[in-house]
Amino acid sequence: MDQISQLLLAFVVFLSLYLLGSSSLTGCVRILALQGACVGLLPLTIHEGGFQPRALLISVGVIVLKALVIPRILLHAIREVKIRHEVEPLVSFVSSLLLGALLIGVAFVLAERLPVPGGLVSNLLVPVSLATVMMGMLMMVSRVKAVTQVIGYLVFENGIYLFGLAISYELPWLIEMGVLLDVFVAVFVMGIVIHHISREFDSISTERLTSLSDKP
Amino acid sequence: METLTAAAAFAAMALVVPHVLLGLVNKTKAAVGGRRGPPVLQTLYDVRKLLGKGAVYSTTTTWMFRLGPVVGLAATLAAATLVPLGAVPLVAFEGDAILFAYLFALARFVTVTAALDTGSSFEGMGSSREVAFSSLAEPALILTFASLAHQAGSLSLGGMFSPPTGVHSAASTVLAVGSLFIVLLAENSRLPVDDPNTHLELTMVHEVMVLDHGGPDLAFILHGAALKLTLMAVLLVRLVMPVVPGLGAWGTAALGLCGAAVAIGLVESTMARLRLVHVPQLLVASVCAAAFGLLLNLR
Repeated sequence: MDQISQLLLAFVVFLSLYLLGSSSLTGCVRILALQGACVGLLPLTIHEGGFQPRALLISVGVIVLKALVIPRILLHAIREVKIRHEVEPLVSFVSSLLLGALLIGVAFVLAERLPVPGGLVSNLLVPVSLATVMMGMLMMVSRVKAVTQVIGYLVFENGIYLFGLAISYELPWLIEMGVLLDVFVAVFVMGIVIHHISREFDSISTERLTSLSDKP
Repeated sequence: METLTAAAAFAAMALVVPHVLLGLVNKTKAAVGGRRGPPVLQTLYDVRKLLGKGAVYSTTTTWMFRLGPVVGLAATLAAATLVPLGAVPLVAFEGDAILFAYLFALARFVTVTAALDTGSSFEGMGSSREVAFSSLAEPALILTFASLAHQAGSLSLGGMFSPPTGVHSAASTVLAVGSLFIVLLAENSRLPVDDPNTHLELTMVHEVMVLDHGGPDLAFILHGAALKLTLMAVLLVRLVMPVVPGLGAWGTAALGLCGAAVAIGLVESTMARLRLVHVPQLLVASVCAAAFGLLLNLR
């Protein structure tokens, strides 16, 4: 079980790196769905006491939402705004990949220092969650298009979910489901907002939003 | 007796195996494309034909140009002595992994200087691309070696690439295999990075550097390239394949090499070539994967 969870965690980091280096929006959404599925499978592999029905419930909920519903909404939003590629990010793809590698290193150093309650199955969980959070943030601040910023937000959220998994497995599942619902609503709203931005400004570059005049 | 077997195995690996491997890659590509393809040993026939020809040298070139193919092949052959094909390598000492990496770098350096020596602008373009890509592939290779060396507790290729016995840290092994495979494709000018069949000057990377070589020189270069592919494939196979019971070390190596040839052929048939600006991205990703694997091992 430990080997499987380690593989899944390494895969999650690898997918975040792929997202940092990829420019195709639909490709990014597919990778995000894959990452959501990996994150969803983790609760099943991480528990020491063997199989639990509660873990299965959470796992199914996360997979349905993060691997199926949210990617659908994002793909729909992309189709609406007719944008296929992130063309000119503020930080180039190669430098954001290198920054991503640096952030992974920082995450591992931080995780060594961080006082975390014991009883973790996998000692990789905390560093990987920190790395995913930081790479999500990097993606949010370094991209111009609203869709990629939303994707960065979702990577960020995946990281927070992993961290939650790390520090308290006994989290009441009502809270877990509440958080998932919040994310779902947030993405739903963002999908609508992206549509409105593109209709109002003929573009979803967030750079345009800083100008105040009526005429572009 | 053991020395004799090792020497015989080395001779086979240095002379015939590279061409069989290349032939299998081409056969796989042909089969996927619905063609029959050239005979498996076609590249060996090509090399023999080229060895029988005379060489023509441009008057603008100097001794640098003639040195390129010879030193290139010699460096690759020297690297071949360090690689464990069946059981043990011909030569092994602590730290030979570093020598292995830099023998490849030496081969590349002389090829590039020979290409620049011709004064052709196309060859300069190819050299610049080759050096740019390999400067990114080399960190990936070294980081992967570092990760494996830490895992095995030995700096020798024979120790680092011993066949997997138990399940040790699966995640870092997977990362090492992934980045090593990308390095293999990039270093041997295989498809997502460079097309070995193209002969359009604007898009070639490796091929354009050897355009001015002919006759025995070209034979040396072709043989060296095939040998380099084999060496990296052997390393990859040693990392992935446990010893198959009933086949022994040699049978396992042969089976693994066939598998590697088919895998390379399938990648080449199913993938389109990456745009030139995207190649560094792929290589940086493999550097990142290798660094992450090293981090996982260091913990």
